[in-house]
Amino acid sequence: MIDATEELLTGWGNTAPSLARVERPRTGSEVEEAFEDMTGPMIPRGLGRSYGDAAQCAGGTVVSNRGLWHLSPIDPETGLVTLGAGVSLEELLAVSIPAGYFVPVTPGTRQVTIGGAIGADIHGKNHHVDGSFTKHVTSMTLATPTGVVTLTQKSDPELFWATAGGMGLTGIITQATLQMIPITTSYVTVDTERFNDLDGVMNAMLSGDDDYRYSVAWVDCMTSGPKMGRGVLTRGDHAPRSALSGRSARKPLVAPSSSMLTVPFTPPSGLLNRLSITAFNEAWFRKAPQRRDGEIQSLGSFFHPLDGVSWWNRLHGHRGFLQYQFVVDDAHGEVIRQAIEVLSAASVPSFLAVLKRFGPADPGPLSFPLKGWTLALDMPIGPPQLADVLDQLDIMVAEAGGRIYLAKDSRLSPELLRAMYPDVQKLEEVRKRIDPKGVLASDLSRRLGLS
Amino acid sequence: MRNAFGQPQTVLVLGGTSEIAHHVVLQLVRERTTTVVLAGRDKGRLEDAASELREAGATTVETITFDASDPSTAGATIDDAFHAAGGPIDLVLLAVGQLGDQDISDNDPVATIKLFDVNLTWPAAALAALRGRLISQGMGHVAVFSSVAGVRVRRANFTYGATKAGLDALAQGFGDSVRSSGIKVQIVRPGFVRTKMTQGLSEAPFTTDVDQAAETIVKGLSSSATVIWSPPVLQGVFFIMKNLPGFLWRRLPG
Ligand SMILES: Cc1cc2nc3c(=O)[nH]c(=O)nc-3n(C[C@H](O)[C@H](O)[C@H](O)COP(=O)(O)OP(=O)(O)OC[C@H]3O[C@@H](n4cnc5c(N)ncnc54)[C@H](O)[C@@H]3O)c2cc1C
Repeated sequence: MIDATEELLTGWGNTAPSLARVERPRTGSEVEEAFEDMTGPMIPRGLGRSYGDAAQCAGGTVVSNRGLWHLSPIDPETGLVTLGAGVSLEELLAVSIPAGYFVPVTPGTRQVTIGGAIGADIHGKNHHVDGSFTKHVTSMTLATPTGVVTLTQKSDPELFWATAGGMGLTGIITQATLQMIPITTSYVTVDTERFNDLDGVMNAMLSGDDDYRYSVAWVDCMTSGPKMGRGVLTRGDHAPRSALSGRSARKPLVAPSSSMLTVPFTPPSGLLNRLSITAFNEAWFRKAPQRRDGEIQSLGSFFHPLDGVSWWNRLHGHRGFLQYQFVVDDAHGEVIRQAIEVLSAASVPSFLAVLKRFGPADPGPLSFPLKGWTLALDMPIGPPQLADVLDQLDIMVAEAGGRIYLAKDSRLSPELLRAMYPDVQKLEEVRKRIDPKGVLASDLSRRLGLS
Repeated sequence: MRNAFGQPQTVLVLGGTSEIAHHVVLQLVRERTTTVVLAGRDKGRLEDAASELREAGATTVETITFDASDPSTAGATIDDAFHAAGGPIDLVLLAVGQLGDQDISDNDPVATIKLFDVNLTWPAAALAALRGRLISQGMGHVAVFSSVAGVRVRRANFTYGATKAGLDALAQGFGDSVRSSGIKVQIVRPGFVRTKMTQGLSEAPFTTDVDQAAETIVKGLSSSATVIWSPPVLQGVFFIMKNLPGFLWRRLPG
């Protein structure tokens, strides 16, 4: 018997809850069992770190991948590791770092599963160099309504790439083999630069990012006028042993520890408002050095600064929050500035926005990255103008040939999805083949009219 | 599916010729709503409302008829509505109701029964029929159109006021009972709104146009308020009204 309960689920943004039967299969054959006699709707779920409704299925079945937990040792010859889709990056790093391996791509939190990493084809600060997550997956096992398949990038490229960023809509990944990267220390050498305006940040990224494996800028979207888009750029690479001294030199490979603090309950909405966010952004900007080179930071503080406090999403109150993340190509870099201007003119409060450069796209029809610029902004639900302002941004982004990230989305319209992801039919064709009865569906797929 | 702002894609209007509800849906169609099911008594007027919604951009508008003076039709109407929607319904506007005529219901038991049937018994039966449907679809949002007339009942329309007071209380309890299933229930308490229903009546203070009322209600629908007052100032006004001693209340006009 598969363990199951009824649960009210949301994504990380705590919006639009829906009730589903959550099943927790522990083996591949239990996953197959879950598909038996299933008329749908049904969708897999990892740690629920996507912000919106991607891993929800109102009135249907949500299959948690967390029971699919096995982890074989990393092959010392090849750096390949085979693991269950429910293993989180934190759990993988806990064993891989001491063995001298890091994940090829990590998002801003370690609390994501392998299934979720492929399902959203996640990107990290190294996309401009290394591409997104699924590129580093050499094979995966996928349970679909019409059977179980082992996929490589060559065996069935349509299904493989439709699954990359396919938001669980092609089936349930049960295990994957991942190409890890060798490291000699669990530290990063970091160069930090502070800029007083957006042009400064963007020019520095255009001219210098190629020299760094990892790069990200934090941009202040709440200051208008000449200081609009002022920001702090941090770039780095894995530190060699020779860069370490003292205690870290004696223990060069330490896995990051799990978070120490928890936000225990949800305070009233409005705690994080325009005033408090402006004050936070100001303090944060002033804290950054004008320029500092070669600082040694731990992997955890460089890649996952927010993981120090668990459930920080609760700080946004019971109304919840959302993240707006879009990408535009290099020819439309001005959309980054326009978007910040629109938000600041509409007085939409937003925490520091994250600006990154992307390298070339994957073949995945729903995979998000495109070569160019991506901007991500967190904002609380509440300002009455927010829904309209974001609809306006959607149009700007779509007209520039850009798109928004479905792992963060909770409000895009079906029409603009099709404008932003012109290859979506390829996914729908694959779905007709492997899921002719249309069992796989999420709140997101139904909201966006994906068939 | 509704989105993070609570904007619905599929809407069911029970009382599909209600002017306030119609204007609410017209605004929702400008946001994310594409499918609307209108259920009401008068086929012709439903069709008029439907074509207006299609013109405003709705892609699928279905109409179904029922007679609220026969509460035994409520269950079948809800079944028909879900069938017509062809999938989950994100938002139900329960806007069935008649103003009645106090001069008649004062002395007429049959007219009194009819007003209670239309304004309270049919809606109560409809909520009972909706409950299981909403729980099994895993999400949902119901806005029950009550009235400030039920907050403190006036002698000028006490039968109407009493039906709304009953509906208001029912909606509050219904909402509490489905909350943990992820279903949001809100009570809409409009004041005097200029519509066909109120034509010829003398206007109360804080009277609004139907557009204004609809705008306030649409804003309220995406909030977490359990009661939507339209206009919002009535919340304060009725807090005072409710707490006035009886001898003062009776001295107020009508
Ligand atoms: C603080 C924070 C920072 C973040 N930073 C980044 C970032 O820098 N870059 C980035 O790309 N993303 C980022 N994200 C988003 C996050 O990486 C993705 O949403 C990721 O998919 C979450 O993984 P999960 O295990 O929680 O999956 P869930 O959120 O549970 O699911 C995500 C999607 O994957 C599908 N899925 C889950 N398991 C499987 C499976 N076994 N088989 C098939 N499909 C499956 C689900 O159906 C769903 O559509 C961030 C999120 C947070 C909260």
